[in-house]
Amino acid sequence: MSALHIKKGSTKHSAYNLRPNFSDVQERHTITILVENEPGVLARVIGLFSGRGYNIDSLTVAEVDHTGHLSRITIVTTGTPQVIEQIKAQLGRIVPVHDVTDLTVAGPSVERELAIVKVVGEGDKRVEALRLADIFRAKVVDSTLNSFIFEITGAPDKIDAFADLMRPLGLSKIARTGVAALLRGE
Amino acid sequence: MTREMTGAKMVVQALKDQGVDTVFGYPGGAVLPIYDEIFLQNDIRHILVRHEQGAVHAAEGYARSTGKPGVVLVTSGPGATNAVTGLTDALLDSIPLVVLTGQVPTFMIGSDAFQEADTVGITRPCTKHNWLVKETDKLAETLHEAFHVATSGRPGPVLIDIPKDVQFANGEYQPPKPAASAYQPQLKGDMEEITELVAALETAERPVFYTGGGVINSGPGASQLLRELVDATGIPITSTLMGLGSYPASGKNWLGMLGMHGLYEANMAMHGCDLLINVGARFDDRITGRLDAFSPNSKKAHIDIDPSSINKVVRVDIPIVGDVGHVLEDILKVWKSRGRKTNADAIATWQKQISDWRAIRCLDFKNSETTIKPQYALQRLEELTKGMDRYITTEVGQHQMWAAQYLGFEDPNRWMTSGGLGTMGYGTPASIGVQVAHPDALVVNVAGEASWLMNMQEMGTAVQYRLPVKQFILNNERLGMVRQWQELLHGERYSHSWSEALPDFVKLAEAFGAKGIICKDPKDLDDAIMEMIEYDGPVIFDCLVEKHENCFPMIPSGKAHNEMLLGEAETQGVIQSGGAVLV
Repeated sequence: MSALHIKKGSTKHSAYNLRPNFSDVQERHTITILVENEPGVLARVIGLFSGRGYNIDSLTVAEVDHTGHLSRITIVTTGTPQVIEQIKAQLGRIVPVHDVTDLTVAGPSVERELAIVKVVGEGDKRVEALRLADIFRAKVVDSTLNSFIFEITGAPDKIDAFADLMRPLGLSKIARTGVAALLRGE
Repeated sequence: MTREMTGAKMVVQALKDQGVDTVFGYPGGAVLPIYDEIFLQNDIRHILVRHEQGAVHAAEGYARSTGKPGVVLVTSGPGATNAVTGLTDALLDSIPLVVLTGQVPTFMIGSDAFQEADTVGITRPCTKHNWLVKETDKLAETLHEAFHVATSGRPGPVLIDIPKDVQFANGEYQPPKPAASAYQPQLKGDMEEITELVAALETAERPVFYTGGGVINSGPGASQLLRELVDATGIPITSTLMGLGSYPASGKNWLGMLGMHGLYEANMAMHGCDLLINVGARFDDRITGRLDAFSPNSKKAHIDIDPSSINKVVRVDIPIVGDVGHVLEDILKVWKSRGRKTNADAIATWQKQISDWRAIRCLDFKNSETTIKPQYALQRLEELTKGMDRYITTEVGQHQMWAAQYLGFEDPNRWMTSGGLGTMGYGTPASIGVQVAHPDALVVNVAGEASWLMNMQEMGTAVQYRLPVKQFILNNERLGMVRQWQELLHGERYSHSWSEALPDFVKLAEAFGAKGIICKDPKDLDDAIMEMIEYDGPVIFDCLVEKHENCFPMIPSGKAHNEMLLGEAETQGVIQSGGAVLV
């Protein structure tokens, strides 16, 4: 277990001590929270963020263990080191929260997001959209004579880059799932 | 052993199995089945309050004076929303409560039914945890879990919302199973950190203990261990408003309360110390004053059961997550095994410095022959009730600070006040809860007339249950603390900080069936207080005091501990624009 892994009920090994104290630098962290899948648990987590004035850049949640009734919530958040530490400690206080891991400090992790992107266009633009989709390994999941819907999976910046390229080619709508993430190794 | 019974019966059975003897509540449509079960038994005493907020504060008073969780039973909708202030109060002061609310039947939830409110939604941010129970089979288990969550780790209020059909339906009753819960907060502190603290304590030249409500919540054993450690090391000790009584006010190392209206010697010791040992307190803004000037030259240790308290506002050097009692026990063990060392010479010099600060006599005030000064009234109350089996509750404001300054507390669980939330209207119902738990003790609610009016309906409860609570009202016909701030901060424009239509408190007492006493001459005060104490029944004591007295010492907003105001001299313009936005 990493020294930076915040075990519920204890934060002796705080990442806080490794960085400048009360620094003003805004950091972006990906935090995964294993929670008991009971009614209202997501509202508790979101309510904590809104009630204490923390940011949510992205949030995903789904049940990951049907027999154990456990769900994993992945939150991407931004804040100063002190705020990030508070977020983790406050999450740990929520009674149905089993575990809080800060993937940004815990070690290398895999972050993936899925997006579906509707591109409307004709002629060269349509051909170019299809060619770029191929480069990004996006799949065509719906097509009409003047539109495509692409499905793309990847790190959030890859999806940003794909959307930026599609915009001049007729991007009309985009839906993103938000980040799902896990620690690499064991 | 499981038995089949209705949900309503299960509630009563679970309360019995959890050792509950008293419930504070108010009936209504959605809890009638539970009230029916209460009617049919004699083990649990139900105290009928006059307003649901009163029920929650009474349960808080009960919990804080006994160390046991307080239990509340109210109906759906307005019953639950009226409980919200009390829940928030208990959350901020970490008081264990189990609040049961009725709810409309499950099949009507979401239909805007009569007296329906989204109780779990409304109370989610003001409880430690809450549950809506939709199946009778899960009710008993949830009730037991609720007691476990309320009392384990950092205590707090929990709420169970029980729809009426769940109360009527039959289900299997499960008796309590200890250790069944997944919620198991850490109690033992890390030995490495504890050893580091002991090492710091052995060499510190100017150490100070800063203790809080965590010592009291940890139980009487924690106070005993604290006393042993403080007296063996000779280290001075101060406490927050919440922690008064964990170390005796008569103890030789006692500095008095610290913070915004704390004692000069306590705040100066915090400012000048080289080792600050926070035991179960949370660096609240009433304590720290200006953060960048808070105890600037000290190494800081923090013992707290809640990891989120560590480094929340003040960065500490030695964080110890654990229960105060367990940690203090380990500190004593390690300190003794390392030879009971302290830097005795340096501490003697430090104590000398502290007695110089004490010689300023920061609590001195200009007394009057003709008008009762509120400080004098509290001095007399202290003198005349010292040594009695005495419990004090307060409302919120100047009188609360004066009570903390002028009354001495020798033991924990004797002082009930709304610290974190600052709830006016707390004291009267709290005094009732305390008196229910300690029927033979002297229970005094030190109040201001404005706060007192906020929950005065509870006098009806006191009279009904023959609870001889003493309502000691320091009546200045003003919202004293608001007036003080308006004087210091808003150019003496006293916007809406007085009441032009106060009731005649003596007649009010008589209308309730209690005794009323009025006193306005300092010469009559002692006799009047004795009359109040000796009367066998509830008393409303209308003590007419100086109207424009200010509460000192005071650290103005945005100032540091060593920038205290000691008296009326030069208070103009002391709070600068930066501090003015603070509360």
